Amino acid sequence: MEKTLEEKTSERFLDIMERIKESNKSVTTGIDEKEIKHWVTIYIMGKAYKVPADLTLMQAMEFAGYRFIRGAGCRAGFCGACATIYRKKGEYKLRTALACQTRVEDGMYLVQIPFAPAEKPVYNLDKEGGGLDVVFKHFPEVARCVSCNTCTKACPQTLEVMDCIQAILRGDFKFAAENSFDCIQCGLCSIRCPAEIIHYHLFQMVRRIHGKFGVPPEPNLEKRIKEIEEGKFNEEFEKLLKLSPEELKEIYRKREIKLD
Amino acid sequence: MSELKFIEGYPEYMYKLIEIVHETRSARLKEKPRFMTLEEREEVLKIHPDYAPGGKREIRIGPNKGDVAPNEVVDLLEAYPLINPNEIDLNNVDYEPDILIIGGGLAGTTAALWANDNGIPAENILLVTKLRHGDSNSVMAQGGTQAADRPDDSPIIHFIDTMGGGHFANKPDVVRALVEDAPSIIKWLVELGAMFDRDENGYFLELSGGGASRRRMHAAGDYTGLEEMRVVRDEFRNRGIPCLEFNPAIELLTDNDGKVVGAVLWNMETREYKIVKAKATILATGGFGRLHIRGFPTTNHYGATCDGVVLAYRAGAKLRDMDTVQYHPTGAAYPQQIIGLLLTEKLRTAGAQVVNVDGEAFVNPLEPRDVEASAIIRECYIRNKGITTPTGIRGVWLDIPMIDLVRGEGSIKKLFPGMVRMYNRFGINITKNPVLVFPTLHYQNGGVETDPYGQTNVKGLFVAGEVSGGVHGKNRLMGNSTLDCLVFGRRAGITAANYVKSGVKIGKLTLNHVEKYVKELENTGIKTSRRSPILLPDYRGKAVLARMIDVF
Repeated sequence: MEKTLEEKTSERFLDIMERIKESNKSVTTGIDEKEIKHWVTIYIMGKAYKVPADLTLMQAMEFAGYRFIRGAGCRAGFCGACATIYRKKGEYKLRTALACQTRVEDGMYLVQIPFAPAEKPVYNLDKEGGGLDVVFKHFPEVARCVSCNTCTKACPQTLEVMDCIQAILRGDFKFAAENSFDCIQCGLCSIRCPAEIIHYHLFQMVRRIHGKFGVPPEPNLEKRIKEIEEGKFNEEFEKLLKLSPEELKEIYRKREIKLD
Repeated sequence: MSELKFIEGYPEYMYKLIEIVHETRSARLKEKPRFMTLEEREEVLKIHPDYAPGGKREIRIGPNKGDVAPNEVVDLLEAYPLINPNEIDLNNVDYEPDILIIGGGLAGTTAALWANDNGIPAENILLVTKLRHGDSNSVMAQGGTQAADRPDDSPIIHFIDTMGGGHFANKPDVVRALVEDAPSIIKWLVELGAMFDRDENGYFLELSGGGASRRRMHAAGDYTGLEEMRVVRDEFRNRGIPCLEFNPAIELLTDNDGKVVGAVLWNMETREYKIVKAKATILATGGFGRLHIRGFPTTNHYGATCDGVVLAYRAGAKLRDMDTVQYHPTGAAYPQQIIGLLLTEKLRTAGAQVVNVDGEAFVNPLEPRDVEASAIIRECYIRNKGITTPTGIRGVWLDIPMIDLVRGEGSIKKLFPGMVRMYNRFGINITKNPVLVFPTLHYQNGGVETDPYGQTNVKGLFVAGEVSGGVHGKNRLMGNSTLDCLVFGRRAGITAANYVKSGVKIGKLTLNHVEKYVKELENTGIKTSRRSPILLPDYRGKAVLARMIDVF
C-alpha cells in the first residue's frame, strides 16, 4: 500500500533523529577504537596509554578505562574539579590545566589534583564589615607574598593572580574583585604558592566585600520590590490566574516587545 | 589519510566557508529576520526532537502511569532499585537532622540558608551531594537571571512571557511566585556580595533573552551561575551548616504514614551506606542531561542523571511535563573536544546571528528555545544548508563577531570572557570568526510536581530547582532556571522549616515504598536488569569495557 504523506514525513524525521544520534556517538557513549584514525600516547601517572588524538585529557582518561568519581565536574571549564598537572616530552616545565579543556598531546605525562587542602576562614560581613583589617585578620598569610608570580603561571584561567594579591595588600579591593572574577577555585595557585596563600578563598571574600560594600543600591530594584510588597500587581494577577490558556494566548500574541 | 590543513583553528574547507559569513555580515546588520507567527512556530516544531517520532513511550507504572516520557527516562522509572530493602539496617541511624537537603547546587544551598534564617539551627540541617558542593548545572549557567525591575517592565509581563514560553502549560500560581519573588531574590544576592554587571551609573546592565519581551537578564559576564553559586556556598560555609560530599541519596525513606522521613545515602568512595532520619526532606538534585536523550550531546554537568525524579517517583510523588526536553539551540558543534557545550543565549541577545552555509540569517535569533533549535535542525537536515565537520557533525554558524559591530569594539571580550577563553584554548578566536553550533540537550522542563511553596503531593517531601515540574511548563525561558533555583530554594527552605516547627512525628523508618514499587514492576511484567538511579554516566572506551574483570 502507498504510504501517506504523513507516514513518509514521520519516517524521514525519525531517520534525521537517527543520523543526529550517530554523528554524536563519540561524545555520548564510550568510544569504539575501530572508528579512530589518529592516535597519541600519553602517560597517566606514569603508565602509557594509546588514546585518540582529538580528545581532551578527561575524555582520554575515560577512553583508557578510568571512571571518575572525583576529578570530573561540569566538564566545561566552569567548576575547577579537574585540575591537572603535566609535563610535555623533553620539557622541564611543570604545566597546569583543566583536564576537560585541554587536548591531549603525544608524550604528555600527567596526574590530576582533584582536591586542594585548605581551610576556609569563617566570617560574618554584616558584623565585621569589609575593611582591610578584616581581610588581614582572616588571611594573615597574604602578607607573605614574595611576588614570585608562580600563582599567575599556574592559573588555568590565565588570570593575573599575583596582581590581585598585590592589589589586596594595597587595599584596592575593586581591582582584585574584578580581576579575580573569572576564578573557578580549582586551587592550583594555592598548591604552587611558596607563601602558602589560599588565593581562591581570599578572592572569594574580597569579591563579596566589593559586591556588598563597593557598589551602591540599584534604584530600579528597590522601587520594584516596594511596589510588589505594597501589592501593586495583586489585582492584575488575580485576573490573569482566572484566565484559560486560550485567553492567555491572546494576551501573549498581542504583547508588545520592547528590547531597546 | 592525509592530515587536514588548519587555518585559525578550522580545517581549510570550513575556513573558506567562513568567508561567506564575513562577506554577508554588513548586509545582515541592516536586515534582521522577523519573528515567526504562532502558526509558523507550530510547523517548525514538528522536527523538534520532542515531537519527531520515536523518542518517547508510555510509563507503565507509578503515579504517572499512562503518561509519556522520553525512552531514557522511562528506562530509569522502569528499573529496579540499587538496594535490596531487606538488606538495609534501618535501626542504626547515622544522622538525624531536622531538614535533609539532597543536592548541592544553587537550589539546595539556597534552601539551607533560608531554613537556617527561619529558625532551624545550622547543626540541624544536613546537605548531601553526589559530587563536590557546587558541582551542578547552576555553575554552568552563563546568561543571567530574570527579574522584572526596569521601569518599562513588570512582574505581569514576566509572567506572560514565561507562560507563553512554556506553551501555557505552566502552573500559573507557581509562575506568579517565580516572577513576584524575582526582584527581592536579586537583592538578597547583592546583599550577600554577588557582583552583577552594572552600567556607569550603577544600574544593572540588563539584556534580553529568547522569548522575553523586555530586557531583564541580570548577568555577571558569562559566569552568572558560578558567581551566584559560589557566593551562596561561601555564606553556607560561614554558617557552619554540615555538608556531606560524594554521598548521593540512593533511596528515600518513608514511615508508616507514607511521609518522607529521610534517605539512604551511599558513600561513593568507601561504598558504605548511611541512614539519615529527617523530619523534612528537600530534593534539589537537578536534571537529566547526562541521559543523552535521543543521543544528543549535552551542556550538563557530570552528575545530571535524573536521580531525584527516580527516588521521588518510587515514594509516590507525581511528576508533570516530563514529556518535554529542552534542547539549547546553540551547543558547540566544533571542535571535537567541546561538542555539546553551551554557547549562551546571551550571545544572540547581544547581537550574534544564526547563519547558514550561504550566509543567510534564516531565523530570528530570539525565538523561544524550542523554536530556535527546530529551525537549526531544519536548516541542517531538511533544507541541507548546514556545514559538516570532519567528524560528520552538521551545524550552522553563530556569527559572534557581529556583537562587536552592534555594541562596539571589545564588547565580546567584556561580556563573554568564558567563551573567548574556551575557544582560545582550542585555537579559535571568536572575536574574529564565527563558530559552528547545533542544538544540545540542556534542560529538564518538567519534574516532580510542585506548588508555589515547594511542596509535593507527598508529605515531608519538598522540591526546588530543575528536579521540580510546573513552573516552566513545556519549555523554560532563558534566565528562569537560576531564578527557579533561588526563588524555590528559598520557598522550599522556609516551607520545610515551618513544617518542622509545626511538630512532625516520625513513625518507624521503612523502605515500604520501594518494596511496593518492586512488586508493581514485577506484576506489570517488567523484566529487566536495569537498575536506577544510575548516579553517573559511563564514558569508558568500548575496548576496555569488553575486557573488564570486576575484582574489588
